[in-house]
Amino acid sequence: MSDGDLGLWAIPIAMLGGAIRVSTPFLFVSLGEVLTERSGRINLGLEGTLVFGAMSGYAVAYLTGSPWAGVLAAAVAGSIFGLFHGLICSLPRVNDIAIGIAMMLLGMGLAFYFGKPYIQPVAPDLPSIGFGWWSDLPQVQAALRVNVLFLIGIAAAIFLWWMFRATRVGLIIRVVGDSTDAARAMGLNPAVIRTLATAAGGAFAGVGGAYLSLFYPGSWNEGISSGQGLMAVALVIFARWNPIACFWAAILFGGAGALGPALQSVGVSSGYYLFYAAPYVLTLGVLIATSSPTRAVTGAPGELSITK
Amino acid sequence: MATVDQIGTSGRRSLLSPEGWLAALARRSEAVVIPVGALLAGLLVFGLFLLTQGKSPAEFYALVYKAGFGTSFSWQNTLSRTAPLLFAALCVALPARLGLVVIGGEGAIVLGGVACGALAGAVSGMPGALGIPLMALAGGLAGAVWIGAVGALRHFRGVNETIASLLMAYIAIALMNHLVEGPLRDPASLNKPSTAPLADQLRIGDIPGWDVHWGLALGIVACLLSWVLIERTTWGFAARIAGGNVRAAQVQGLPVGRLIVGFTALGGAFAGLAGVFEVAAVHGAANASLATGYGYTGILVAFLARHNPLAIIPVAVLLAGFEASSGLIQRRMDLPDATVLVLQGFVFVAILLSETLYGRLKIFAPERWGERA
Repeated sequence: MSDGDLGLWAIPIAMLGGAIRVSTPFLFVSLGEVLTERSGRINLGLEGTLVFGAMSGYAVAYLTGSPWAGVLAAAVAGSIFGLFHGLICSLPRVNDIAIGIAMMLLGMGLAFYFGKPYIQPVAPDLPSIGFGWWSDLPQVQAALRVNVLFLIGIAAAIFLWWMFRATRVGLIIRVVGDSTDAARAMGLNPAVIRTLATAAGGAFAGVGGAYLSLFYPGSWNEGISSGQGLMAVALVIFARWNPIACFWAAILFGGAGALGPALQSVGVSSGYYLFYAAPYVLTLGVLIATSSPTRAVTGAPGELSITK
Repeated sequence: MATVDQIGTSGRRSLLSPEGWLAALARRSEAVVIPVGALLAGLLVFGLFLLTQGKSPAEFYALVYKAGFGTSFSWQNTLSRTAPLLFAALCVALPARLGLVVIGGEGAIVLGGVACGALAGAVSGMPGALGIPLMALAGGLAGAVWIGAVGALRHFRGVNETIASLLMAYIAIALMNHLVEGPLRDPASLNKPSTAPLADQLRIGDIPGWDVHWGLALGIVACLLSWVLIERTTWGFAARIAGGNVRAAQVQGLPVGRLIVGFTALGGAFAGLAGVFEVAAVHGAANASLATGYGYTGILVAFLARHNPLAIIPVAVLLAGFEASSGLIQRRMDLPDATVLVLQGFVFVAILLSETLYGRLKIFAPERWGERA
């Protein structure tokens, strides 16, 4: 069966499949950022963590032959970056936004430095599950081949939502994020909790990077991420710091990211650079629509520097 | 008021005594010693990193000196890379005085270059004395609109300027790829899609006797003018107040919105000029070579210079020297091209870490010299 039989239907099907494939790194990075920002700190350096996670995950998967060892390595590397970011930001007078930019640069530099030998070799892919068995169309089957990490991401979103809502740990993170003074009055140490939340958030971003290099696009190179980590930070504002909303936002952004390749697959070639810019334009549009000069964004943690 | 007078007179009188000079020197040196110390600390940590990789830091820094500053040829290479860094750093430093962290200068550089390349066809019949200023105007305007929009979004919509400016840099690069491979493409450029090459009289030449294009001289002038603007004019004074405390500035009736849009637009115009020089003096046409990361290195330059336009000049020369030595380091020491990026990362983290030291070291605070530790 060829593309011609589906006609223009090929575009939404390719976009659906693309949204599922492209959204996973957005989902993981934004969940990590939710965890960090709910504790009252912002980590703009997740772009660098994502790239370093992609490199370390790919390298370890290649060396051990196991993609899951790669995912684990990426999570550990991400949490080290997060821990470092968290510790630096605990010092007085240090600007967390500027540190994020520096960590982005450092993470990418280290990833490119150590990743040079792994551009050629081929690492094993992460497994995926076909949910398209009911359809005869190969396009539908391809679109519904869902990676296991995507499902883990959904589970993590539900878990985080439940954690913030119903557990002691979730309450502690929310208190620290909303008021340093209240947290101190409760006998909590805000700096320690924020550092731990940043480290955990970094681990999520590292896993998102491992997905990039181990499944889609599925190889390691220096152009593997083009701002997904940064867009995920903006996406968190759009999702109002709610993990479940992060999932829907990630699907939306994934769909926008899949627009360019989907149009290309049906033969639209003119102006496709502009379609590749769709996720950035969408992110900017969402930021403009959801920000306000006069009031704090609804649902924003009170101690967050970016919305104050 | 009495206390203010007391401090003023005692400070003046004590300047005449040797201890007074020492105290004044101690106070003044904080702003120099801490950043220089942080820079050295960053270089030291990077040296340790090289040791863990089995490479010699001494050899590395010797090669940087040789390739960046050792010969007249290496100086020429370094100074040509300095020019775009000066402009790119101003694009970070000017908004920073208002408390904004704008990191998307790369987008303004790219669009400034594309505007220059696009206009070059229309003005190809004009003499250089008329065409070059027109191209510079177009490039500066493109950059000013791009970064000025970031400032406007910040002020009128409350959009975070750091994220918005970086997103707009990605959008600018996509726009450039679209224009250079589509409507503006010169059919003769096969391997590397470019705009039509600039007519000969529109190319910007070298400073006489220097082998470095005029962008360097203009970049230095831009830094000097920016310093005067910030430190010696009422606009700069108002901007510094708004950067310190927006509410106070608004209560005083300062035009915060106009200041924010004006300073971001000016920074963007400088970055756009960097793109104009890259096209008119270096590449000869607008193409993907415009997006080589000068905008991102410029962020580091501005932070190292603590957003002081005068300090940007030496810092830009230093970092340009590091970038100029990248090729030689790759060949001689068998290190990947990302090595300089790692170095920049370490220096950047060190300089931000050092922010925590201001006002906490007793050696810079003469009034606390008598206290016990």
